[in-house]
Amino acid sequence: MMRSKSLSSKIADVVLIIILVSIAITCILPLWYTLSLSLSSKSAAAAGAVALWPVEFNFSSYQQLLQDGQFFKSFWISVQRVVFGAGLNFIIVPLMAYPLSKTVKDFKGRNVLMWTLIFTMLFNGGLIPLYLTVKGYGLMNSIWALVLVGGAQTIVFNIILTINFFRNLPKSLEEAALVDGAGPWYILFKVFIPLSIPVLATVSLFSIVYHWNEFLYGLIFMTREEFYPLQTYIQQLVVSVDPSTMTEDQYKRMSELSNRTLDAAKIFIAMIPVLVVYPFLQKYFIHGITLGSVKE
Amino acid sequence: MRSKGFAKHYYLMLLPGFIWLFLFSIVPMFGIIIAFQNFNPGKGVFGSEFIGLETFQYMFQLSDTMNVFFNTIYIAVMKIIGNLIVPLVFALMLNEVRYMGLKRSIQTIVYLPHFLSWVILGGVLLDIFAFQGPINQLLEFFGVEPILFFGRADLFPFLVVGSDVWKEFGFNTIIYLAALTGINPALYEAAGIDGASRLRMLWHVTLPGIRTTAVLLAVLSLGNVLNAGFDQIFNLYNPLVYSTGDIIDTWVYRAGLLNLQYELATAVGLLKSVAGFILISLSYYLAYKFTNYRIF
Repeated sequence: MMRSKSLSSKIADVVLIIILVSIAITCILPLWYTLSLSLSSKSAAAAGAVALWPVEFNFSSYQQLLQDGQFFKSFWISVQRVVFGAGLNFIIVPLMAYPLSKTVKDFKGRNVLMWTLIFTMLFNGGLIPLYLTVKGYGLMNSIWALVLVGGAQTIVFNIILTINFFRNLPKSLEEAALVDGAGPWYILFKVFIPLSIPVLATVSLFSIVYHWNEFLYGLIFMTREEFYPLQTYIQQLVVSVDPSTMTEDQYKRMSELSNRTLDAAKIFIAMIPVLVVYPFLQKYFIHGITLGSVKE
Repeated sequence: MRSKGFAKHYYLMLLPGFIWLFLFSIVPMFGIIIAFQNFNPGKGVFGSEFIGLETFQYMFQLSDTMNVFFNTIYIAVMKIIGNLIVPLVFALMLNEVRYMGLKRSIQTIVYLPHFLSWVILGGVLLDIFAFQGPINQLLEFFGVEPILFFGRADLFPFLVVGSDVWKEFGFNTIIYLAALTGINPALYEAAGIDGASRLRMLWHVTLPGIRTTAVLLAVLSLGNVLNAGFDQIFNLYNPLVYSTGDIIDTWVYRAGLLNLQYELATAVGLLKSVAGFILISLSYYLAYKFTNYRIF
């Protein structure tokens, strides 16, 4: 690409880069602040002395965290939820996407099933019917309430993404396999799935992040704290507010009295799994999203 | 084709997924009849007495619910506008950066907040905007009285919209950037030979090149007019800001699960589901009509 390299163009480049880098910094600064807060002393945090660097640097909030048994219990529940939830997603998504990627000519029932699927994505009964249904199934306080309810609400989008990916694969691959006498299961597992790593990595990332981050179902389907997944546990701890009427002074006092350094440590630890997983999958999800959703 | 006897295998592949969706998406939909009943949890959905539209009449008389509908649409529409324009501007700026390493690093950083939960970011934001947090310290430095940000009903909607745009703008640039890479480089070369400046190239080549994508995203966002973001608001609000910050989803949660007004909460939830379903269907139809886009 030929572009003029005049002085004004160079200045424009520098200004542009400064603006972009500043915006990018605002995306990590809040996380950095939380880390600094967790490494500061309680008194410094309460006095509002912490800005960018830890004040009176110490690890006491992390030591205190190690003694919090519920934190680790909840962490373990979240890990299990992610493993079951993303595992189920990984199995069911290609199994449903493959037949639904066929044309009506190859698979007569395809359109009716597809519209049923879309309908479950676009319409829902609302929170109360969902709550009563899960209660009726006897799944209160079970991890399967978290895995199955959340999964059912996110899987359809993942299936659509995968269908679009399957449809973009060369037709000749499947035809060649058919000529060789391959059946549908063989074609799915030996031809389609190995070629679909980008999209399967993408939908797995979405599923992992969803199950790790979701907190509401933990709150409504778990009646005791010992069953809370990590986000629900932190939600109750950090940002829960007594729903009774509250005056401005009470609100102010509450935000001052809470144990801000310990809370910051918990928040930071809860971020780590996402921070670790996401850079590895980044190259896949950009590819997967743009291939699956935008068809130019 | 030899795929004649494949249909039964296709149904077999779809079976586990459809059983899952039936139990956790379709069965709960039948719970909407609670909205037309005098619901008695002891008797269940089948034993309770039908009262017709009484709950809906009651709902429309409550000033509470009208306020909640207004807040939802107000916040959601501001979010839609912000989430369309900010990522577009950011993508256009990023597109002008010619150092690939820097461009990639900025992208990696700005995608990050999308993957963190509102429980985590809610905790972080409440800390940063706390009465003694860094933002107020900064204001104090300039001689401004500290502000109780998340206790002010007049500021709350803007804080919600601002923080949502901040969380999502990076991720939302992905689709714009994909469209930008789809523009034929020969067009820029031709414009360069004709002596066009960078601004003129932006106006005559880049913008027309991503017009379809921008229109498509605008049309599809119509489906979000009733989604003001439960997770975010639930983790940021408190009774001081109910007047401007309470939305349909948070109201339904409190009415149904804390105050046990099952019928009313189901009725409001149903109204939202139906209106949302119509809006999304309309947006898909318009997207197909204007840009020939199909979700599958």
